[in-house]
Formats: sequence, structure tokens, C-alpha cells
Amino acid sequence: MSRVGVIRLIVVIAAIGLLELACRLGFIDYRTIIPPSEMTTVLVRLLASGELNSDIARTFGVVVIAVAISIVLGFALGLLIHAVPRVRRALDPLLATYYAVPIFIFYPVMVAIFGLSIIPIVLIGIAAAAVAMIIATLNGLDRVPRVLTKVARVHRMGPLDTALRLKLPAAAPHLFTGVKLAVSYGFIAVIASEFILAPAGLGRAIADAYSDFNNRKMYALILLLLVFATCMNMALHAWDLRWSARRGVRPQ
Amino acid sequence: MTGPDSGGEVHARLLGVTRIFPGATGQQPVHALGPVDLELRRGEFFAVVGPSGCGKSTLLEILAGLQSPTSGTVTFEGQPVTADVPDGIGVVFQEDASFPWLTVWDNAAFGLRRAGAPEAEVSRSVNDALAFMGLQDFARAYPSQLSGGMRQRVCIARTLVLQPRLILLDEPFGALDAQTRLLMGDEVLRLWRRTSATVLLITHALDEAAMLSDRIGAMSARPGRFMDIVETRWPRERDSTIVSETSFGEITGRLWENLRGESIKSLGHSGAGPA
Ligand SMILES: Nc1ncnc2c1ncn2[C@@H]1O[C@H](COP(=O)(O)OP(=O)(O)OP(=O)(O)O)[C@@H](O)[C@H]1O
Ligand SMILES: [Mg+2]
Repeated sequence: MSRVGVIRLIVVIAAIGLLELACRLGFIDYRTIIPPSEMTTVLVRLLASGELNSDIARTFGVVVIAVAISIVLGFALGLLIHAVPRVRRALDPLLATYYAVPIFIFYPVMVAIFGLSIIPIVLIGIAAAAVAMIIATLNGLDRVPRVLTKVARVHRMGPLDTALRLKLPAAAPHLFTGVKLAVSYGFIAVIASEFILAPAGLGRAIADAYSDFNNRKMYALILLLLVFATCMNMALHAWDLRWSARRGVRPQ
Repeated sequence: MTGPDSGGEVHARLLGVTRIFPGATGQQPVHALGPVDLELRRGEFFAVVGPSGCGKSTLLEILAGLQSPTSGTVTFEGQPVTADVPDGIGVVFQEDASFPWLTVWDNAAFGLRRAGAPEAEVSRSVNDALAFMGLQDFARAYPSQLSGGMRQRVCIARTLVLQPRLILLDEPFGALDAQTRLLMGDEVLRLWRRTSATVLLITHALDEAAMLSDRIGAMSARPGRFMDIVETRWPRERDSTIVSETSFGEITGRLWENLRGESIKSLGHSGAGPA
């Protein structure tokens, strides 16, 4: 591990250690935060009991669906918008300010329309994730060397072929930034929607634990989400590094 | 092959070709090229030299069907070249056009795989092309691990496997030092002899043009026109050692005589206006 990596790890461990100490010594009330070690044991027990299994499956299933749709849809829309400069110019300011809109305010509307199923959650997930993918696609396509389009024409490739076989891989490093953001945004949106209103899922489980004053379960679930988000990001980052190194580019 | 002076069958023809780029809003249109007439004979090696920005790449792209001329006609093997690149034309571009996400081997295999050639044939042609370009030891490398000159060779290999009958090379070695360029010239000559394709090479190096070609077209400053077409009368079996022949000096001398004034003009152009 690099020097910076070691320092980073020390900072994280020190922060967790301090929290543990503060809880154990009574600086922090047990009813406010439980010690990290206890969060871990409770989480392990919860996972072993299997009572979380259906919530975990549901939440991650919804995240996977929302993110997958966002990535495909975002890339396709990005391609279309990029192909028509006039549309691009019209949409640019909207795309740039999109994330200033708190999209969660539309969640109740969607529940009203689609009922309490996974559909409104998937839609909020897509609303949160797809635009990041569109922006990354536009960015990536802007940086595809013009000469590749000429190569495509020399090989007499059609527009779809050119998009999938040349533009997609050429823009891949930028698209990957979009994928990373889409995963994060989609994950946040799904958990938050469940937290607001949902029949099941990890977000709902946290909300329930909270309203039942079940601190131990609540913190165990929060820990689960933190660990999961961290692992997912590290995996994506490692993947990014491997591909970038091969292509001789710096990861975004 | 038919000697250059015996005329020979016309392989590609430009007739009264001009190219005027419509100016951006509030700017003058750019008259980049022409009018240009050019007949490429089947199997000949033709070089185009001219000052920077005189329309050489534009000429090449029009010949390939990548751009439409503003006026004039283009034919290749008797057929008019319209909006599409005709089958049988291979292009190596001025910019690096290797695919950074593919290995050297997969880069070279790209065209054949797309054409749906059987894997055995792909494998044979690609190995052959890579060996020919001296890239066999780098088959598993990615373009980012190669020098600029090697990346251009990857692009040449990718073009070569499709066995084009007309090969268009746009300053493929522009970024190389003069000595390496002469050696790369030898490779281009080997390629030309082996494939018996017609080759059009764009270059700004007079010695390179003089050493490689059967005929050399010297272009004026923008808008580019052919001011002079020089026949070299080299034997088909030739290599970079001819740079020491006396006629080599005569040829480069004649080219420079033509181009000196034009190069000064184009210097002035690029210094004064937005060019
Ligand atoms: N798409 C375009 N729009 C407007 N002007 C263009 C365009 N492409 C080329 N030009 C102009 O046309 C002229 C000829 O360009 P071209 O690329 O053919 O020159 P070149 O001879 O290949 O130059 P170099 O030796 O630098 O490669 C230049 O002045 C250039 O600015
Ligand atoms: Mg050029």
C-alpha cells in the first residue's frame, strides 16, 4: 500500500477508535449512538439470523434494475442528443442545473400514480442516475477523436455500428465516470425512497428501527449500507484503474 | 507493371475538383482546394507535396469519398465516388487513428472481423501483416505502450489486411525524425511492391517524396493546385539508398524551386489571418 493509502487507513481507524472510546467512556449517550464494535456484532447477528435477507434482496434488486436502466438509457439518450447539436444546445443548461432540483419531491406523486410498488422507487432511481450518465456520455463523445469517425466511414460502418464498436469503447473512460456516479446516485435514491415510504427494503427497515427506538438495529443497518457503498466504490475504482492503466490514460 | 511514362490505365481521377468550406457565422468561406485535375495510374506511387494548410488532407478525403467536393467529379475504377468510401480504398490518416482499447493484434484484425472473415483467415492475414510491419513482438501490446511511429504502423497493418487496391497515406510519418522516416519509407516501398496497389502518399518532406514516388505533384499554397508534376523514373526495385544519386538532388531541387515561393506565401497567410 502507498504511503498516502496508509495515512488514509490510519485516519479512518482512528476516527472509528475515537467514536468507540467516546461511547464506552460515556461521552456519547448510549441512546444516541452505540459503539461501532456493538454495531458490528448486532449486524453479524442480524445477517446470520436471515431476517434481513428479503429486504437486502429487494433493495439491491431495485438498485440493480434502476442503475442498469439508467446506464443503457443514459448512453442512448447521450448518443441521440450528441448527434443533434441544436437539441444539445437547447438541453445543455437543463442538464447542467438538473441536480439542483430535489427530485424526491416527485416521489409522492409517483406513488400516487403507480401505487406502493417498486415502480416509483425504480423511477426515482432512474431520475437520479440517468442524467449523470447522459452528461458523462456527452462528455465522452466530445472527446472521441474525429479521425475515428473517418475510420468508421472507411470501414463503411453504419451509425449504430459506429456508436457501439467505436464511440462506445473510445469514450469508455468517460462513460465509466458516469457509471460510477449512476451507481452512487441510484443507490442513494433507492434507499431514500424506501426510507420515505415503501412496503419493504433496507431503507424501510432503517425507518422502522428508528420509529421503534431500536437503536441497535438502526445502527447495524446503517453500518451495512456504509460497508456496502464503500466496497462497491472500491471495486469500481479498482476496475477503472485496471482498464485505464492498460489504455495508458489516467482514471477520471 | 506499366511504366509511368507509358501512360497506364487510369485508376482514380479528379476532374476540376474544388473544395470551399462555408465560413463560420461572420467569417469568410475558406477556399481550401482547387480546381485540381489528377489522374492516378494503376499501380503507381504518387506523392503530393505542398506547404502546410494547402489542402492536401482535403484532397485525400475527397478522393476517398470522405468529403464531397464543392465542384468537380471524382472517379475510382471507373465508378463515380459519391458520399461513401468505395470498396478497395484504404486510408491511413495524419492523426493517430489506432484504437486504444484494442491490442495491436485486435487493431489489425478489426476490418476482417467486421467483414465476417473466418477466424483462421483473420489469424493468417493479421500475423502476416504484423510481421510485415515489424510488429509481431508487440501483438499483445496496447497502442499506449507504443511509440507514435509504431502506432502509425499499426494503422497501416489494419489497412493492409483488407488488401486495398488504392492506399491513401496522409503524412503517416510526419511525427518521426528524418532518419527514421527514410527507413519507414523503405517499408512503404516494400508494401507498395508486394501489394501492387496504387499508392498516394501525402508528405511535406521533399526528400521522402523524391525517394519513394514514380510521380510527385507539387501543390501551391491554399487554395491548393498542382503547379508541377515531376516524374522520377526510378526502377520499381528501389530503396532509400537512391538518396545519394545525382538525379535525386535534381528532383528535390526542382520541387523546392516550385515550393519555395508557395511556402513563404503560406507562412505569410498563417501569420496574418485566422487561416
Ligand atoms: N472542416 C473545415 N472547415 C473549415 N476549414 C477547413 C476545414 N478543414 C480544413 N479547413 C481549411 O482548409 C485548408 C486546408 O486544410 P488541409 O487539412 O487539407 O491542409 P493540409 O495541406 O493537409 O495541411 P497540413 O500540411 O497542415 O496537414 C486549411 O486552411 C484549413 O484551415
Ligand atoms: Mg493534412
